[in-house]
Amino acid sequence: MFTNILIYFVVIPLVMLGLLALCRDVKQIRAVAVVGSLGLIGLSVYVLLEYLGIRAAGNEDPMLFVDSWSWFAPLNIHLAVGVDGISIAMLLLSSIIVFAGSFASWTIAQPKEFFLWLILLSTGVFGFFISIDLFTMFMFYEVALIPMYLLIGVWGSGNKNYSAMKLTLMLMGGSAFLMLGLIGIYYHSAPEGAPLTWNLLEIVDNAAISHGWQSFLFPMTFVGFGVLGAMFPFHTWSPDGHASAPTAVSMLHAGVLMKLGGYGCFRVAIYTMPQAAHELSWIFLILTGISVVYGAFCACVKTDLKYINAYSSVSHCGLVLFAILMLNETAMTGAIMQMLSHGLMTALFFALIGMIYGRTHTREITQMGGMMQILPYLSVCYVIAGMASLGLPGLSGFVAEMTIFVGSFKAGMADYLAGDGSLRLVFTIIACCSIVITAVYILRVVGKLLFGPVYDNHHRSLTDATWWERLSTATLIVCVACIGCFPNFFNNLINFTFKPAIFSVLGIN
Amino acid sequence: MDYSQFLAMKQEIGLLVVFLLVFLYDTFMPRSTQKGLPAFASIAMLLLTVAGCLGCCLCSCSDVVAFGGMYETSPVISAIKNILNIGVVIVLIQSIKWANGEFMTMRRGEFYELLLVTLFGMYLMISARHFLVFVIGLESASLPLAAMVAFDKNRYESHEAAVKYILTAVFSSAIFMMGLSFVYALAGSLYFENIYGALFVSSTSTMLVIAIAFVIAGIGFKLSLVPFHLWTADVYQGAPTSVTSYLSVISKGATAFAFLVVMAQVFGSLYAQVWEWMLYALIILTITVGNLFAIRQRNMKRFLAFSSISQAGYIMLGVIAYNTLGMAAMMFYILVYIFSNLGAFGVIGAIENASGKVSMDDYRGLYKTNPRLAFTMMLAMFSLAGIPPFAGFFSKFFIFTGALQGASVAIYVLVLIALINTIVSLYYYLLVVKAMFISDDECVIAPFRSSCSERLGMWIALFGIMFLGLLSPVYDSLIDLSSLSSIGMYFIR
Repeated sequence: MFTNILIYFVVIPLVMLGLLALCRDVKQIRAVAVVGSLGLIGLSVYVLLEYLGIRAAGNEDPMLFVDSWSWFAPLNIHLAVGVDGISIAMLLLSSIIVFAGSFASWTIAQPKEFFLWLILLSTGVFGFFISIDLFTMFMFYEVALIPMYLLIGVWGSGNKNYSAMKLTLMLMGGSAFLMLGLIGIYYHSAPEGAPLTWNLLEIVDNAAISHGWQSFLFPMTFVGFGVLGAMFPFHTWSPDGHASAPTAVSMLHAGVLMKLGGYGCFRVAIYTMPQAAHELSWIFLILTGISVVYGAFCACVKTDLKYINAYSSVSHCGLVLFAILMLNETAMTGAIMQMLSHGLMTALFFALIGMIYGRTHTREITQMGGMMQILPYLSVCYVIAGMASLGLPGLSGFVAEMTIFVGSFKAGMADYLAGDGSLRLVFTIIACCSIVITAVYILRVVGKLLFGPVYDNHHRSLTDATWWERLSTATLIVCVACIGCFPNFFNNLINFTFKPAIFSVLGIN
Repeated sequence: MDYSQFLAMKQEIGLLVVFLLVFLYDTFMPRSTQKGLPAFASIAMLLLTVAGCLGCCLCSCSDVVAFGGMYETSPVISAIKNILNIGVVIVLIQSIKWANGEFMTMRRGEFYELLLVTLFGMYLMISARHFLVFVIGLESASLPLAAMVAFDKNRYESHEAAVKYILTAVFSSAIFMMGLSFVYALAGSLYFENIYGALFVSSTSTMLVIAIAFVIAGIGFKLSLVPFHLWTADVYQGAPTSVTSYLSVISKGATAFAFLVVMAQVFGSLYAQVWEWMLYALIILTITVGNLFAIRQRNMKRFLAFSSISQAGYIMLGVIAYNTLGMAAMMFYILVYIFSNLGAFGVIGAIENASGKVSMDDYRGLYKTNPRLAFTMMLAMFSLAGIPPFAGFFSKFFIFTGALQGASVAIYVLVLIALINTIVSLYYYLLVVKAMFISDDECVIAPFRSSCSERLGMWIALFGIMFLGLLSPVYDSLIDLSSLSSIGMYFIR
């Protein structure tokens, strides 16, 4: 079992949990968190290089490092692992954000419990991304959700009781639909007489889910994951939750957990049920189109920094689902790029907001101003994050959004020319507007908060970033710039794995 | 008569030996050693459980029908009895402190004797293949419980609870027997096998429907399915905590399994025509009403009463599944439920013994004063709510998987309703977690050290909560046993 490299993505956090339980003072806790998350980054880089090496050698399997150990034999439940380019990208993203998050919560109260829950959460995240067995995938998914309740409830701020409960219940509500969908997939996973399976690859190979069941199970799974991806009527947990959560939790939640939703929608809902995805995508296209624009408009009118960023997350994550539903290669590649890009820049945003809030004790932009004079380092970082968010070329946002809109437009035009209606085209155009609205709310905050006169003279005595804060933000900025400058590398990493899924969708047209 | 038939009743005889030992200890040991009785009873029961589990694992005993077809035992039946035994051991360990209290001096023995008698009754219910034996089991499992509920004789609520319990028990028995008399009138026999045969060939009549409704209602009272649940909250609140925990897990688990056996072996041929829809409605009502009422409760015991009502609804999903997967999942659910609920009751009991507080408001800030108790309680709540990686998640997942095997759309809807209800239940379980971990108010309960026995009981429960789900052999062996059992033959839709 331990000969498979992927299993260490779960083993390392579990070892960290054990060590944290033994820690006696804050220094040991920090050491465990930093060493552990460095280990995770190292591991994901190692897996990335290995993966590229194997691919370069001409291996064309849909997943690599595949392994499977029987767990509950009567139900054919396995602990099955395997990764492709998308999962590796997600693993890399998660480990970077866990690393940055550990530094962002350097001086948190009750550090032991905080890090225990935080690492438990990341165990779930890593487990989810390496699993290819629906049962273990779902289990890790829920493991990642529940620590949020205590993390927000105990360490949060503002209306934390309400937000923590709302977030937990809504996400768990999503997973209720998901559980039904997954069990349904299991019972239709194999042709008559063949053994049923939870293994994603086998389910896709069998392609045995009948058309009728697909149109029942697809909405279940898509909505289930879509709740976590902040799809329109189910997005309301996100602003409250993010606003109340402590810094590192907001980073991890917006940066990684919301990606679980998009990843699940793609990997489970669309991958296994392409026919239904093709037929029903218009419903979800409308919903995600609404979240893209609606989220952006909400961000324009909010004055609390965290709310602004949370709504901007709704908008950007909506774009992820929107692009996935276009069902074409370019748009889907863009969706994965957007997940990476949004994960990094939103984590950066939340880290900066947390650092500013820790100094000024307010997040109202009406109560602050002229931060560029007082906190130059943090302000510059904020501008960089803002530029990434509104899609400045050279940073990650541009690459992602460009790819998404080109892909969507292609899909829309194809539909239109084939006489299939112009819904995709119309919604692509509507979603494109969000770029402008994003610029509005980003520039509004940058102008008011960073430039302009100093609002409160007490703020003049504030000190700029400490070394751990600099380390946390610098890591994220480097990554954002990397994606922006070397998009082709990520494009190739992700691209390969789309081909089978796309062909299966197009094959039935 | 062939006395070797008694060999089939190994577990009953073992239990009888434990009962006699406790009785002899209580009667003949000098006053000074009476404080050792609770520990003695726990150890005796523990030995019986270990012996039973070993016997279950080691010898490949087959199905045995004894006493002219009135009594049956099979590996799956021994397994459920062992599951109940495990629960009883935990209950006994947790009740040691309470039973050694000042107030119990003269009546310590009675508690254990009554408890073992009810367990014996449950054994009979599970093994019965004739309604006479079944009714004897049902009665001896209910009536002594009323005396146990009334054990706190200085507390008014305890009396009230006992009166409510005995009246309901008698009333439900009457309904049950009314149903039986109809069945007898239709089938001309009280042997399960003969009734099944007679009903298999006869056509469905109104009388039959009424008979089945009465039988379900009679057992439904014991299981506290809605709308037969009205006694539950008052009795759980009034009874001493040890008795409440016994009522909520052991009594419920045993009755649920007996219910499955009766429905399969007696009315199995009528699943689709008659009782699937009755059970369907009952499950929806039970889960929903139980959950909605639990939200408003402030007393922890009442709270767990409503939570256990809704849990009974989930257990019933294993019956409506009507396949071996469902049966195994139901047994697994009962096992996990025993551990999770007893974890919660262990904490409640420890806090009640130390400070006399049972209100949820008093639990505020418990994490600051008694972190270990709070942690145990939290894990128990998570397990009851079905959060991974705790056992409750696996049991819920398996019972839904069982229910959905080859299911119609109607069952999918039922499972969806049940799943949505898990969110409601998560809300109120989180209320407890919130009170203990998040509330900022001053702490009500001072730090205290719980006794060794209480800690031991909680450790066992915690162990089960953490590892029962992750260790797949437990569930796998339950599946093996169920697929081999003779009850499985009746699962024809």
